[in-house]
Amino acid sequence: MKVGIVVFPGTNCERDVAHALGLLGADTELVWHRETNLDGFDRIVLPGGFAHGDYLRAGAIARFSPVMGPVADAAAAGVPVLGICNGFQVLCEAGLLPGALIANRDLRFICRPVHVRVESTTSIITRAARPGQVLRIPLNSYEGNYVPGDSAPIPVLRYCEPDGTASDAANPNGSIDAIAGVTNAAGNVVGLMPHPERAVEQFMVSTDGRVLLESFLAS
Amino acid sequence: MTTDLHRRLGMTDEEFAQVGAILGRSPADPELAMYSVMWSEHCSYKSSRAFLRDLPTEAPWVVVGPGENAGVVDIGDGWLAAIRIESHNHPSFVEPYQGAATGVGGILRDVFTMGARPIGLWNQIRFGSLDDPHSRYLLGGVVAGIAGYGNAVGVPTLGGEVEFDDTYRGNPLVNVMCLGILRRDQLVLGTAGPPGSIAILLGSSTGRDGIGGASVLASTGFEEGAATKRPSVQVGDPYEEKKLIEACLELYERGLVVGVQDLGAAGLSCAASEPTARAGAGLDLDLDAVHCREVGMTAPELLMSESQERMMAFVDPAHVDEVLAVADRWEIDASIVGTVREGDRLRVFHGGRIVADLPTSSLSEDAPLLRRPIARPDWIDALWDDQTRPVETDLVETLVALLDHPSLGDPSWIYEQFDHMLFLNTVAGPGLDASLVRVRGTSKGLAVSTDGDGALCHLDPRRGGARLVWEAALNVAVVGARPLAIVDNLNFGNPENPEVMWQFTETLAGLSAGCSDLGVPIVGGNVSFYNETDGADIYPTPVVGMLGLADPMPPLRGSVAPGMAILVCGPAQSTNLAGSAVQTIVHGAHGGRPTNVDPDAGEASIGTAVRIAHEIGGGVLHDISKGGALVALAELLMPAGVGASLSPTPYTHAFGEDPHRFLCLVPAERIEETVRIAVEERSRIELWGATTGAPELSIGHTNVVPVRRLAAVWRGAIADRIAGGSGG
Repeated sequence: MKVGIVVFPGTNCERDVAHALGLLGADTELVWHRETNLDGFDRIVLPGGFAHGDYLRAGAIARFSPVMGPVADAAAAGVPVLGICNGFQVLCEAGLLPGALIANRDLRFICRPVHVRVESTTSIITRAARPGQVLRIPLNSYEGNYVPGDSAPIPVLRYCEPDGTASDAANPNGSIDAIAGVTNAAGNVVGLMPHPERAVEQFMVSTDGRVLLESFLAS
Repeated sequence: MTTDLHRRLGMTDEEFAQVGAILGRSPADPELAMYSVMWSEHCSYKSSRAFLRDLPTEAPWVVVGPGENAGVVDIGDGWLAAIRIESHNHPSFVEPYQGAATGVGGILRDVFTMGARPIGLWNQIRFGSLDDPHSRYLLGGVVAGIAGYGNAVGVPTLGGEVEFDDTYRGNPLVNVMCLGILRRDQLVLGTAGPPGSIAILLGSSTGRDGIGGASVLASTGFEEGAATKRPSVQVGDPYEEKKLIEACLELYERGLVVGVQDLGAAGLSCAASEPTARAGAGLDLDLDAVHCREVGMTAPELLMSESQERMMAFVDPAHVDEVLAVADRWEIDASIVGTVREGDRLRVFHGGRIVADLPTSSLSEDAPLLRRPIARPDWIDALWDDQTRPVETDLVETLVALLDHPSLGDPSWIYEQFDHMLFLNTVAGPGLDASLVRVRGTSKGLAVSTDGDGALCHLDPRRGGARLVWEAALNVAVVGARPLAIVDNLNFGNPENPEVMWQFTETLAGLSAGCSDLGVPIVGGNVSFYNETDGADIYPTPVVGMLGLADPMPPLRGSVAPGMAILVCGPAQSTNLAGSAVQTIVHGAHGGRPTNVDPDAGEASIGTAVRIAHEIGGGVLHDISKGGALVALAELLMPAGVGASLSPTPYTHAFGEDPHRFLCLVPAERIEETVRIAVEERSRIELWGATTGAPELSIGHTNVVPVRRLAAVWRGAIADRIAGGSGG
C-alpha cells in the first residue's frame, strides 16, 4: 500500500506526515502539485502548510493546481483522501468537502494542544477509535473556524473539554457546532484542523494522533 | 549631482572625501549609493569593528566563525549547526508587522545561505510598559509579524524572551535568532568562486522598497516623525522565501553552486561586492538583467534596494542551465546578472553603459574604522554606592506583584501564536529555560537559550555581560546540554555618546571574560547602535544566544507532582538585590552593584545540572533568574496546579537573583542520589521543601497562598492587559 502526500508550493507539513505515517509502517511518497497522475496511490494526504502562500484565501489557489483533478477523481473512485489543516481548507475550496474555514474568532494564530471528541466511528480516520473518545491533539492555524454554510456536514471530531463535554471555552476558534473535522457523505474524504502527526511519539503532547492515522491506513 | 547628496545618504564629509581618494575622482551617483550603504554603521560596524576583534571566537569545533553569514560549529557524526542572530529594532518601531516579519526572513536567509536547513527561530522582544497603548500596538504588531512570516515560511519558532521596561518605550528591540543544521559536505560559503563563475539572482523581483534601510533607518536614531521613514521599511513575502529555501537546499544537495550570498542590508551592493572581495576577484554586474517589480528604476535604486527574499548564487558556467531548471521547478524567478572576472574591479552596467567602476574590496575592507571617544559615566559610582535597602514587604504579596508583571507573566499569549511544533523535533519548546530539539538520525539534541537584561547591564555592563553568558549556559544545562557556542546581539544607544561607547566596551569585556572562563566561543553577532529616541539612549541591552549540545539526549523531563523534594543548587544567595526584578518592579528602585559571576561555582552548577538532567529520571530542573527562587518555583507549580511547603525563607533568598543557581525537583526517593551528584561536582545544594497535594504555596507555614491565585495573576499578566486595553 502506498500513500501519496501532495506538496503544493508553500506546503510545510509534508515531511512530518511522512515521518508519522512511516512510524506506523506506511510507505509514503511526496507528490508535487503539478503531477497529473495519481495512479498507484492507495491513500492520499493533503498536509498542512500555506499552499500558494494562502494568498487570496487559504486553499483558493491550490484548488486550481494540476494535481487537484486526479485528487477529485481518486475521491470519486472511493480512494481515502485526508486533508489536515491547510489540506482541509483546500478540500473545502475544491468542493470535495462541504463548508469553509474562516479566520479564528479571536483573529490570532493558534498553536496549542486542544481536546477533540470522536463523533463518528465510520469515517476513514476514526474507525479504530471509540465513540466519544477524547483525544488531545495540537491545533496550528489562523483560519480554522469552520462554517458549514448551507451544507449539512457530517462531523467526525468536535472540540471539547478534557472530559468530553462541550463548552464555548473549549471551542478554540469559534467553529460552528465546535466542528474540528468532517467527512463527505461517502465517508472516504475527511478533513480536520488538528494535526494528528504532531501527536504520535512519547515526547509530544500525546500519542492520541496515532489512532486517527492508524484508522486511515487500515481503512 | 547635488553637492550634499552624500549627506542625504547618511555619509559624512570625511567619508565622501575618502571615496574620492579611492576612486581618484568624484564618485558617480551609483557609486556613491553603494559606498553609502556599505559604509553605513549597520553594514560596516565602523564604530564597533575595532573592539569586536578581541572577542574569543576560536575553538576546535568552530567551522566558520564571525564574518560569514552565520557561525557554523561541528556537532559530530558529520553534522554541523549554523547559528545567527540579528536585530530589526528600527524597522519594527516604524512598522511593527513588516519590521518583525522581514527580520525573520533575513535571519533565515543568513542561515540557509550557509547550506543549512533552518530548524528553529527564537525572538527577543522588548517594549515599553503595556499600560501604554502604543506599546500594546507594537507588541501586537511584532508578534503578528513574527507569526505571519515564521509560520508561513515553515520554520518553527521555538522560544525567546519578552521584557517590558520604559527604557524601550520609544525604541523597542526586536532581535531574531535562527538555528540550522547541515551535513558537513553541504557547507556553502559566501564566495564568488573563480573567474568565469556566473552570478544568478534568485527569488523575488527588485523594487523600490527598503531603499537605504541600512543607512537611513538602522544607522540613525529616532526623533519626531519616525513614521516618515516608513518607506525605508521592507515588505516580506514568506511564500517566496519558503520556495527560495527549498530551491537553495536542492541546489546545495546537488552541488550546483560555488557560493551564495543573501540580499539583506545594502541589497545588491553587498551581494555583488562581498563574495567577490572574499574570492579576491572582480565582477561585471548587469543591472539591466535584474528582474524588477517596477519600471524605470535608476541604478542607485537597484543597487540600494532591500527588497526581500532574494539570493545571489555563484555558479560554474557548466551548471547554469541546471540551476535555472531548479529555480523553474520551485517556481522562483532567476536572472543571470553577472560574471566573475580576474582582477579587483566591480563594474556595474546599466542602460548598456558602465555606471560604476570601483575596487571591489574598497566597499568592505576600506570602510571607515572609527575610534570613538569612550568616557566612564560620572553617575556610575553614585549608582553603585546606592545602599538603599528595600523595605521588605510580605512574601506572598511581593510574589503576586512579580507574577503580575508582564516581564514575568505567562508568555503563552505570545508563543501560542507561533508554530512551535513543526518538524516534530521540539522536545522542549517555548516557555522553558531552553528549547531542546532532537537531531533526527542521531542520538543528539540541540538546546538554545537566549538571554538579555537591560537593567542589570545598565547597573554594571561588565558584570552584566558575564552574567548573561553564564545564565544562558545554565539554561541549556538544565535541559541536559553542554554549552557549545554563542551568538550575541548588542543593542546599544548612540555610539557618538562616549558613555554609550563605555557601556559597549565594558559589555564586550564582560562577554569575553564569560566566554573565556566557560570555554565557549562567540561564532557570530550583530551590533545595533542608535537605539535612542529624542536623545535618550536605551539601557545597554546585549542579548546572548547560547547553543548547547546534548549527546545523547537526556530522558524526558519529569512532571511536577506532589511528594517531590525541592532542592536549591548553587552558591548561597547574598543579600544583594541590585538589578533584580523585585528591586525594579516592587520597589521601583534602580541602584547598587550586581553580584559578580563566580566561574568555579558556575562550572560546578552546570556540571551538576547536566548530570541530574541525565541521571535522575523524573526530575524537573529550572534555572533561577528573573524574580528569584520563589518566582522560579511558582513557574513550576502553576502549570501543574501543585502546591509546596517550604522552610522559612528570608526575603532576599526568595527574590535575589545571584547567578549560577537552579531549582531541582526530584522524587523523594532520589534525594540522596541527587545530593551525591552535586557533591561530586563540588556544588552546594540544600533542601528547601517539598511539593504537596494541598494546592497552596506555604512558606514557613506563615505565608500561605493558593496556587490557583498565583496562576490567575500570572496567566493574566500579558493576556488581560492586551484584552483590557484593546479598546484603547
